[in-house]
Amino acid sequence: MSDFFSVFGLERRLAIDAPALQRRFYELSRQWHPDFHGGAAADVQARALEESARVNAAYRALRDPLARVEYLIRLEEGRDTNEGAAIKPKAPPALLAEMFEIQEALEEARAGALDDATRATMSEQRAGLEARMAQAEAQITGPLSQAWDAAAPAGKPAALNALKDALATRAYLRTVIDDLVAVLEPEQVGGLGG
Amino acid sequence: MSRIVGIDLGTTNSLVAYVDERTGLPVVIADRDGRRLLPSVVGFTPEGIVVGEAARWQLARRPADTVYSVKRLMGRGWDDVKDELRYFPFKVLSVEGVVKLAVGGREVTPPEVSAIVLRALKERAEAHFGEPVEKAVVTVPAYFNDSQRQATKDAGRIAGLDVVRIVNEPTAASLAYGLHRLGQGVIAVYDLGGGTFDISLLRVKDGIFEVLATNGDTHLGGDDFDRVLMLWLLEDIQAKHHAELDRDCVDLANDNEIMQELRLAAEAAKVRLSGEERTTLTLPLPGFTYRRVITRAEIERLLEPLVARTLGPCRKALTDAGLTPAEIDQVVLVGGSTRVPLVRRRVQELFGKPAHSQLNPDEVVALGAAVQAQILAGGITDMLLLDVTPLSLGIETLGGIVSVLIPRNTTIPTSAREMYTTSVDGQTVVDMHVVQGERELVKDNRSLGRFELRGIDPMPAGMPKIEVTFLIDANGILQVQAKEQRTGKAASIEVKPTYGLTDTDVERMVEDSFTYAEADVETRLLIETRNEADTVLTHVARALRQAGPLLGTAERQAIEAAVAALRAVRDGNDRDPIRERTTDLNHATEHLAEAMMDAALKGALGTKRADEIMTSTAETPPSHGDRQ
Repeated sequence: MSDFFSVFGLERRLAIDAPALQRRFYELSRQWHPDFHGGAAADVQARALEESARVNAAYRALRDPLARVEYLIRLEEGRDTNEGAAIKPKAPPALLAEMFEIQEALEEARAGALDDATRATMSEQRAGLEARMAQAEAQITGPLSQAWDAAAPAGKPAALNALKDALATRAYLRTVIDDLVAVLEPEQVGGLGG
Repeated sequence: MSRIVGIDLGTTNSLVAYVDERTGLPVVIADRDGRRLLPSVVGFTPEGIVVGEAARWQLARRPADTVYSVKRLMGRGWDDVKDELRYFPFKVLSVEGVVKLAVGGREVTPPEVSAIVLRALKERAEAHFGEPVEKAVVTVPAYFNDSQRQATKDAGRIAGLDVVRIVNEPTAASLAYGLHRLGQGVIAVYDLGGGTFDISLLRVKDGIFEVLATNGDTHLGGDDFDRVLMLWLLEDIQAKHHAELDRDCVDLANDNEIMQELRLAAEAAKVRLSGEERTTLTLPLPGFTYRRVITRAEIERLLEPLVARTLGPCRKALTDAGLTPAEIDQVVLVGGSTRVPLVRRRVQELFGKPAHSQLNPDEVVALGAAVQAQILAGGITDMLLLDVTPLSLGIETLGGIVSVLIPRNTTIPTSAREMYTTSVDGQTVVDMHVVQGERELVKDNRSLGRFELRGIDPMPAGMPKIEVTFLIDANGILQVQAKEQRTGKAASIEVKPTYGLTDTDVERMVEDSFTYAEADVETRLLIETRNEADTVLTHVARALRQAGPLLGTAERQAIEAAVAALRAVRDGNDRDPIRERTTDLNHATEHLAEAMMDAALKGALGTKRADEIMTSTAETPPSHGDRQ
């Protein structure tokens, strides 16, 4: 099966012109959306449904630069079926001591005690981690993505590994931030079931 | 392609609309009396079924047999709704896990009740066009899950309508705005109706309406506003009038008729308080009359927690769309409950810009449904709606954990594939459990159904490779297909919906709907007229008891004569005399109404005269103007 880049007539590159991608998505939607094939024969309708589902999936995978990197990794590794993150969170070695401290504070807060001082510390830690995550994201969608695009075939695996490591760090930061948010703003979490 | 109409099947009111070929604009179809809204109320009477205005007249008099707000029960399981059932005056049962209503001596499901409303709209459209109408686009709250959407489709089928598309209410509204060139850029549609709340964020560009994120609460709306006000009033009555209540042994909370009167009075007061700073509620009760002035500040204090509950979903939608409030170009208000000033204020504060409702918030969804119908009929080719699925779709994996296949806010149609195999030698059936929701554990999400893959050739464990495709179509409804990869053979799938109806159930209901014929038009009109007469008679009897001393003898005699005249014709089969005598009685009591209103206000406000306090908000008991 062809990949999501080719759905939009693109080469396998991480640099994508966002407005052009959106234009092409709208064009393909106009071509395939079931709304415009309601009166057609059953097989044409089925084809339209399948194609438009594919166009939607492709756009979802490519429009966001981070999701695009995740998709590229899946594609390069030959995994094609399930959506969702394929990257396991990994703590960055440089942050281990600090992370230990945060985990400890989290344990305490979960045990029931969340005084103003702890709350303030945790809010500060959260802000620090969010800044780090933004940095990690900028690194992934900026220099690391450019490096993969620019690499010669022989250099691609190394460039891909760099992307994977950075994504693992980001995923780790994400989970710790989520844990902090769960303690600091419990009303923001859960309760979404319809 | 044949004609397709657009239907807004609302909690409180329903409407049908179509796009006028000459102007290219959507219009709401009115009934023969010019009424555009059809109250979503169905009454079961010995003479037959009544729907709409006629059914609403009997809400307080036949509470046990008059169904309202049935949308809250659509596609729901017993556990979802059992807490709010005590507020419904009609009987709700759980029959093998399916929610049923016991009304008029029979058991009906929520889709069958909705079907009666849909059929009334279908007939309204047929009367307008002078030809059969068989296809419709029907709107649902964006946050409706698969079961609720399916239930809506079933209701259409039972009503003899092919529901060619289920479309989300806020996005339908955006289409109506878009057609009028009123919505461009990134828009937020805040839709607070009678029973449900939705927020949808869209990018409107080059005729494409791309939904970026949606969120909501399918159990939050004007009904809840009425309920908090009603419960507050109930407490107030019990506190101030316990002596009278005890004396007459009145158990207010368990008296269905009184609770219905109180609910309707609370609703009317809420509506008035959207325009006025204060209003007087007058409720005749056995042995005494309850009166109280309610201020805007008081009702806002009661509504505040409910309005606050809409803001969380707004923030979540913004986060999911990756937008800040400042990036929203326009905020559009949809649904009758957005007339409440507190709602407008809170929405304005959240988004940091004024929210507007240039198109009538009661009609805009139906107008949008008509636009979508016209797109599907091929009449509009430059507009396209790209909607999303509101809830994540997943399957149960080991340990009761959900594995998400399609995340929320994915543009639809969309599909996901998953490989399955067997765990035991010779196994021929594989079971899958599909859920919808955002929680990690299966038990915290909504179970959509169990799918059984059958007819797998007996093979050693792990050998079969079955590819299952989960597809969410443009209606937001799940379809599941399976294929054995080795043989390429399609596996058969048996669906056991957790809360919905099976195909066989629906087939049976389609047949039943012909045997449970509605009262024919003449009978319906007769019931409607009698209902109006009864309501006026009840009000006048009460008014005479309370305000009799304010009247002169001559006037009193005139009213009594008019009452007697109406009673004499009430049971006849000719509706004209009933209507004429009802009008006469209304005329005869005009002065009584004014006198009562004045007395009520003096009682409540001390010495001020009525016209000093209010001009147009008086609710004259014996009249029967349209309630909102």
